[in-house]
This record gives sequence, C-alpha cells and structure tokens, in this order.
Amino acid sequence: MLRIPCPHCGLRDYTEFQYGGDASKIRPVHTEECLAPWHDHVFLFDNPKGVHREYWQHRLGCRQWLIIDRHTATNVIEPTTRDPTNSDLMNSDLMNTGRQP
Amino acid sequence: MNAHTRRPQGGHMDRSQVLHFSLEGKPLVGFKGDTLASALLANGIRLIGRSFKYHRPRGFLAAGVEEPNGLFTLGSGGRTTPNVVGTTVALYDGLIAHRQNAWPSVEWDWMAINSLLAPLLSAGFYYKTFMGPCKGSWMFYEPFIRRAAGLGRARHIKDPDRYDTRHAHTDVAVIGAGPAGLAAALQAGRRGARVTLIEQDSLLGGCLLSESSPALTEWRQQVMAELASLPRVKILTHTTALGLYDGHTLALVERRDASAADPTRGQAREVVITLRTRALILATGAIERPLVFGNNDLPGVMLHSAVHTYSERFALNLGSRILCATNNNSVYASACALAQHGAEVIIADSRPHIDQALMESARAVQIRVLTDAQLISAQGRRHVRAATLAVAGQSRPTTLPCDLLTLSGGWNPTVHLSSHTGIAPVYRAAVDAFVPGRYASGHYGAGAIHGCYALPEVIREGATAGQDAAMQAGYPQPVDVIAIPAVSTVPYAFELPRTAYPRTRQKAFVDFQTDVTTQDLTIAHEEGFVSVEHLKRYTTLGMGTDQGKTSNVNGIQHMAALRDVPIPSAGTTTFRPPYTPVSIGALAGRRVGQHFRPIRRSPLHDWHATHGGVFTEAGPWLRVWYYQWAGSSVESAYLEEMRVVRQGVGLSDVSSLGKIDIQGPDAAEFLNRVYVNGFAKLPIGKARYGVMLNDDGTVLDDGTTARFSDTQYFMTTTTAQAVEVMSRLEFLTQQVWPELAVNVTSLSDQWAGLCIAGPKARAVLQNAFPTLDSSDAAIPYMGAREASLGEVPLRLLRLSFSGELAYELYVPSEYGQALWEHLLVAGAHLGIQPYGLEALASLRIEKGHVAGLELDHRNTLDDLGLGKMASRDKAYIGRALSQRPGLKAMDRWSLVGLRLTTTGSPLRGGAVLFAKDEPLTGHGRGYITSVTWSTELNQYIALALYQGGLRHEGEEIVCAYPLKNEYTRATIVSPVFIDPSGARLHV
Repeated sequence: MLRIPCPHCGLRDYTEFQYGGDASKIRPVHTEECLAPWHDHVFLFDNPKGVHREYWQHRLGCRQWLIIDRHTATNVIEPTTRDPTNSDLMNSDLMNTGRQP
Repeated sequence: MNAHTRRPQGGHMDRSQVLHFSLEGKPLVGFKGDTLASALLANGIRLIGRSFKYHRPRGFLAAGVEEPNGLFTLGSGGRTTPNVVGTTVALYDGLIAHRQNAWPSVEWDWMAINSLLAPLLSAGFYYKTFMGPCKGSWMFYEPFIRRAAGLGRARHIKDPDRYDTRHAHTDVAVIGAGPAGLAAALQAGRRGARVTLIEQDSLLGGCLLSESSPALTEWRQQVMAELASLPRVKILTHTTALGLYDGHTLALVERRDASAADPTRGQAREVVITLRTRALILATGAIERPLVFGNNDLPGVMLHSAVHTYSERFALNLGSRILCATNNNSVYASACALAQHGAEVIIADSRPHIDQALMESARAVQIRVLTDAQLISAQGRRHVRAATLAVAGQSRPTTLPCDLLTLSGGWNPTVHLSSHTGIAPVYRAAVDAFVPGRYASGHYGAGAIHGCYALPEVIREGATAGQDAAMQAGYPQPVDVIAIPAVSTVPYAFELPRTAYPRTRQKAFVDFQTDVTTQDLTIAHEEGFVSVEHLKRYTTLGMGTDQGKTSNVNGIQHMAALRDVPIPSAGTTTFRPPYTPVSIGALAGRRVGQHFRPIRRSPLHDWHATHGGVFTEAGPWLRVWYYQWAGSSVESAYLEEMRVVRQGVGLSDVSSLGKIDIQGPDAAEFLNRVYVNGFAKLPIGKARYGVMLNDDGTVLDDGTTARFSDTQYFMTTTTAQAVEVMSRLEFLTQQVWPELAVNVTSLSDQWAGLCIAGPKARAVLQNAFPTLDSSDAAIPYMGAREASLGEVPLRLLRLSFSGELAYELYVPSEYGQALWEHLLVAGAHLGIQPYGLEALASLRIEKGHVAGLELDHRNTLDDLGLGKMASRDKAYIGRALSQRPGLKAMDRWSLVGLRLTTTGSPLRGGAVLFAKDEPLTGHGRGYITSVTWSTELNQYIALALYQGGLRHEGEEIVCAYPLKNEYTRATIVSPVFIDPSGARLHV
C-alpha cells in the first residue's frame, strides 16, 4: 500500500488521501482570459516514468493539500517541501516527530 | 509390510487427541497435528480426486501449499467451502470433507470418458472446437463445458461465519518459519525489535519438521523457546502472507481453527491483517519440482520431499517398494531415512556421475542406485505399480515394480512475494532456479528463496538478515549471534538431463491441476506461441488455483527446449497476489450487508424512523423517501406530500446539503472568484443563488450563499457535491490563493437543515417564533436572518427549491430534532406534515430547478439555461475555457421540459429522445434526466437534455425506452412548469 508522509500527521495510508492532480505545472492566474494557457493546464499532461510532483489532500486527516514528489514506478515518496500556507509547520519539529500539534 | 501404515511412534502429531472426521459421510479418525491429507493417507485413502479435463484418477502429489490435485469441499450448508487444498488443512474434530469433480463418485467417474476424447481437449480446444457452426455457438456450449470441466461449487446459502479485518504494525516482519525464518526472527528479536513471524503452517520449523536429526530437533526447540520468551516477538501460525505491497505493507490471512471459531460468540473464522512494517525478511523457502514423464499423474507418484514429510512429520509409511527419481543431491539423505523405516528403496538418478559419499551413504542402507537412468513412464491403473526407465548402457527400457514413485526435479524458490513488488525473478543457472532479481530497500531474503539449501548456511543467512532488518528498523545494538547446529551436509548439485523430456506415448503432465501436458505445449509451440505469458493463457498452464507452483518452471523449461533457447530467454510469468487462494468472505470481512460501506444519517434520523419515514439511499446518505402518513407506497405517498406543500405547508429534512462557513476579510473576493455571478456586493442579510464551474468551464455545482456580516458568508451546496466543493475550496485557499485572508470550514455535520415550504409557511414561522418579525418586508425573498430558539443560534434563509413560499432553517445538529418538533407543533393547526425526498425532487422538477441528475459535469451554463447568470465584468474559475467554441455551439444538448402527449406508457428517466420523424437508431438527440407526475398539471412531465434545447420549443418528439419496448411522444416546453413569473415566491 502506498503510504504518504504527511508533514502534519505522520506516515499514513494513501486511503486517507485523495489524489489531486499534477502539481508540476504552474496554474494560470484566475484573471487569465486566453484559452491557450488554460487549455494546456487543464488538458495536457505528461505521464512520466519517474519522479512526479503531484497534489494529494489529506482528506481523512488534517485536510491539508500537500505537494508530493512520488516516483511513479516505485511509489517512493520524497519528503514534501512546498506548502505555501503552512511553511512554518513544514520546518518545525512536527515534521520530524510526525505528531499532530 | 502394509502400504499405508502409520508407525506406532514418531511424528509431530499429538496421539492423545483422536479427532473424528468424515469423507463423503464415511467416518474416519486422525490425530491432532494431522493435516486432512495426512489423515486420509493414514486411513489408506490415496485416490483423492479426478483431474480437471480428463477426469483421470489423482492422488496427493505434495504435502504443502503447492498441492495441485488434492482439492476438497469442506463443511456443509452455508459453511461449505469449495476448492480447499487438503494438504494445508489442519485436521479438526467434526471436519466434513468431500472430493470434487466426479460423478457419481471419485472411484467410478462417468466423466472419465473425457480421456477418450482427449484429442479434442488439447491446447486451445475451446477456441477451435466450440466456435462453430454459427455466431453465438459458444453461448450454447459453455454451460456443458463448465459442468464437465470444473472445480468445486460454491453454495448460494448465506455463510453464518464471521470474518474480520485487522490492522497491525511491526518493526520486522519475517515471512516463513523454516530454519532461515526462525534464525532471522530470533536475531531481530534479540536486538529488541518488534518482530512478527508469519507461518502458514500450524507448526514452526518448515523443513525442520521433517528432520529426525537430534541436533536439528534440539536447535528448533531452543529457538522456539527463546522466541516465546521475547515479549516483543509475535508469532502468527496458520497465517499466510498473501501479498506484498508498496510501503512495506503485507496482506496476511489468519485462518482460525474452523471448529474453534464460534460466530455466535463473535469469533472470526478468518482474519485479513494489513501489516505495516519497517523491514521484512523473506524466508519463504522453496518448492520441489516434479519430473515430467508418461503417466506422471498416477496416484502414488509424489514429490520426494512430500513423501519425506509424510514419513517423518506424520509417521506414515506410504510405500514398501519406493523408486526415487531425481536429478540432484537433495534426495539421498531422505531416501536413506525411508530405507531405515523398512522400505525397499531404489534411487534412479539421471546423472551419470554422483558424489561418492552420497553413493556410499545410500549403499550403507541397502539402497540400489541407478545412474544415468531417466524415467520414461509409470504404469498402473488407479495406483502406480511399476516404472519404466531408460538406463544408460541398456539397449531396452527397464521396468521396475514399485508402489511409490517419488520425484525430485530440483527446487523452485518461492519468489512470489518479491515479485509482487514488481521485481522480476531471474534465472540462476548455478542452482537451476528462478530467484528474486533483487530485494527492494528494506527487504531481505534468506535461505532457499535465493537457492541456498545447505542448512548451516541457511541458518547463518537467516541470522544475518535478522541483524540487518533490525538495524534498518532502528535497532542497531549488536547482540550474540545464534548457535549454528552441527550437521553435516552435502553441497547441492544437480544436472539437467540431456533430453528435457522423454518421448512417450502416454500423457506427460506439466500442470496437474489444469491438465496441461507436454503435447499441449508442443501444439502451442507449433502454432507459433513464443511468449510465456501467451502460452500460459492459451494452454491454461499455471492458471489453476495453485497458480502453477509445481508447473510454471517445468513449462518454461519445456518451452525453452522447444524453441532451442536458454531458459532465461524463455522468460517467466508474473506472480500476483494472492499467494494462495483466499476466501471472498475473508476479504469482505465485516463489510457485508448494511456494513458494505459507511452510511451517513441525518441528525433527525431517529425521529424519521419512529414516525413512519421510509428510507432510501442517496449516495452515502440514508434519506427519507416518503412518510407513511401519506400512503403505503411511494407511488401514492409522494403525490399526497406534494399536494400538502402546494396547498398548505410541509416540513422536510435537508440536513444532507453541504454547509460551509466562509470567513475573513477577503471572503467576498474569494466567493467572487469561485462563483460565476457576483457576490462582493451581496448585502448583509441577503442570500444569492450561485453556480460554480470546473476549470474546464463545465458546471460543478450550484447552491445558495448568504451573507451574515462583512466578513462572514454561509454557503450551501448540493448533497451530491458537498464533499467535492469543500475540498475544492480548500485547494483554492491553501494552494492557489494563499494570499487571500479567508478560511473555509465545513459545517455539514455540525448543523441540521430544515425546510418549511408551502403557502402557509410564514404562518408556521410566526407561530413558532412570535418575537421574530417574519413579514415579507422583514424577511423578503432571498432574505437571510440570524435568530435563536431559546439559547440556540439559528440561521434562517428565505429561499425555495419547490417554487412555493419557503424557508430553510439551520441549527446545530443536536437541536435539529427539537426545532423539527417545535415547527410541527407550531404548524399543527395549519395541517403541517413532513415530506420526503421523492416529493422534494418532484416539486423541483415542476419548478424546473436543476439537480444532480442534470448536473453531469458535461453541461455548460447555457446548456442549463443559466447563461445569463455569468458576470461579464469579473474573473471567475472556468471562465476562460467556458468560451471554447465547442461549448458555445448552438446544437448542444440543453435543458428542456417535456410534457407527455400520448396516453399509455409513462415517461421514463433515461429514455432516448428522437425527432418526430427520424429513424430510432443511434444515440438520439438527448435523454430524459428526471420524471414525475405533476399534481398541478395532472400529467407526466420531465426534464431532459435535448439537442438544440428550447429552440425546438413546441415540437413533438419521440421518447424511446427500448428495454421495455416503450415509445411515447412528448412536447418540448419550458422547464419551468409552474409559476413562471415567480409570483408565489414574492408574497
């Protein structure tokens, strides 16, 4: 079973999470009115064999949206690094102990 | 000497505990510690089934999980379990067993006539024979074929037993409790790690259980005693590791003694365990490979290791004249043991040269050794009587009488679990076997799994793996290394025979369970099958319940020989979980019946249940379908409930709606970006209907959002999309617009929602809240108020789903029932009644409100007639892609209303729509989404999506429902059937 290291809750089964799509692409700003950047963002995806940056939401836990680097062939997950709203949490001791605040 | 004698001493059974069981009703006895197989053999029963296709008589080939022939149906009634491998069943008192796949009995099986039809039944015979003479022939033949070729049958009676699910965690999981696994578990345990030792057998020891050497017996006892003394070591016997998954997760099934598990006391018969571990050790051992020759499926032809196990572990003498056929060193020690128990033993070794020490050890116990001797065929009708061999230096084959023929064609390491992780096994020529290609990080292997067979070395490897795994799991402190027993071993050596398989006219079986012979493989080869994966599917090699544990490698070797390529080039098949068959009941656990999935209940559920509410499933929710005050069936009740709402006042439970609190200085800006219509200028104390889009421009959800202060909004969503909308808002606040100062909080479970609807709704409200000014001026249409019921906060929204004057009231969940009862009392003199989901949905169809059935994530705002809502002067999610030309096309399927114009058949949801005079073929021009009988219009009405939408208003179209052969006509009308001006809302 794929297990995901949640920076807030610790290592948890993926069944607590919901996959939220490709996080490697930069989302156009909401005021962007051109079709092309939105078309590329919504419809065009790479399907890499290797490390893939993706969104997962810890729905049955802290409900945070995480960005995770997952190897698509081995399911090995590297520690999460980017979480704009919770940068303080990410760098605190919580990440090391895996305990909930 | 009697052929089936249980020796008076020896073995690992408890002879003081006599167990009674039955085979086809015949009473038999065995001992505690027997398997069903050993107990049957002890009772002289050697014919245990008929083969899959040819119905040939079969006996046990093996003594463990690899057994291909010995499948039984156990139990009776609802407890019947088919296809149970007899060699893995620990005997228990009262066990009821039946043999399978024979009629009228295994001894006299009419279907044995299939043997005469053998030419028809070779590889691919289904595909070639049963395709003609016309299309659909297969449908005709299939039931007959299924009856003739088959395994046991499941019953259609409910299983009374309980099955359970468990989650477990450990530091080091050790799979297999043979010498390697015992050493590994002990070494890791000594380091202080939490160890889980998993053994499918009822006893620990693996191959040690078949050893009579005092040194090994003592070693096993000592290790077991020390393991038992370590509190952090957990031993699971009768537990099979079914699969190995990502994240160091193992799926285990623990099979409890069927006689001990008592469902009436809540005890489970089987438990599926999800075990998460930090490190794991694969000590899964190896399975002996049979030899392939003519009639090699006769009862009395068995794996050599199995005969050894039956002899030493179960004290059974299975033959008095034993011929041991081999190509390797592993049989000699055990053959000597068989001779010492009194049998006359001949070893037929296919190698021309044999280690001198082995030769002498055999001669010392009067064993005759034939070198360069290859088996051609076995003879006998129901049991082996003799074997024919080609012996070097002799011009003609030799026939030797025997009553037991044992086979050792080398060993197949049990690489299944390591393969589950996606690591393909590789062929290791030095041991003529497929071994794990490598071990994943945190995984370790020890012993026979990678072709290490010498006992001291196996134990040493196990101990090392135990150290390494404990280290990996965070237990670095060194400890004493366990003692290695002093046993002498001869190194493993083998030689493949010069010809892979002897030419013989008799059937030579590669796969015993699915009746695949060398001839089938040859046919497949001649027809051009090259890939092992294709070969497997064409011939059914390895497709039985044993998953080819004894047949795969022989099949691959045969294929390699036919193609004249080395074995690695022939490839190997992919192993997938489960390692051994597992019952569906165990996988389902307690998730049966009502517990199939979690159910969401309204906080008012109990009131509904005790007041005539009849429930229906709406997604995960259990909602009231209708109330029995209105009728005894939904067809009559919902119409009565609709009338109450249209003419008086009704009360309904809308607690399942999504409820989201949105707060913060940027809450207005946030909603403005989320909804297509503007929310920034929504006045405090007002609510507004809003629609949000997906990124791709299609409609995601609709709902109403009210503003209670500058910085606080209260959003409602549809029941169906509540979870997705909440998740979406969290994504936007956390990841997309972290700069917005806004927080979203779900109140869906925390608040109950009630709706009072009908012309008399205000009168109820006035009576219920005398101090609240509920006049039209104070609470106008789309007005929102905060109020209180005693101490309890209350939110009141004047909006309408039904098209009547209506109010939605929200209170904390625990006060939902108090408010509900309060409103019923306040409205009693006005005839207030509760109404259910069916009426609620029908009222909204009359009003033309879209709901989940219309919102299919493919429609645009224009498709739903909501295009005018979209703001032109602000940005919102989905705006850019909603402008795509394809989404602006004129002939899109758009929302329309339908009125039935013919009598007879009703309109039906899902009916396909066609223009009046076109042929009724293809996908049509749309379909009906929702249907109801309209109490106002006294006819069937429907909402539908139709190509071109209301541009066809007034046209008559055809609604086709071919499944029921119904073709009705309807007229396209506006989807708003009642009160198009909205006069009823503004009173």
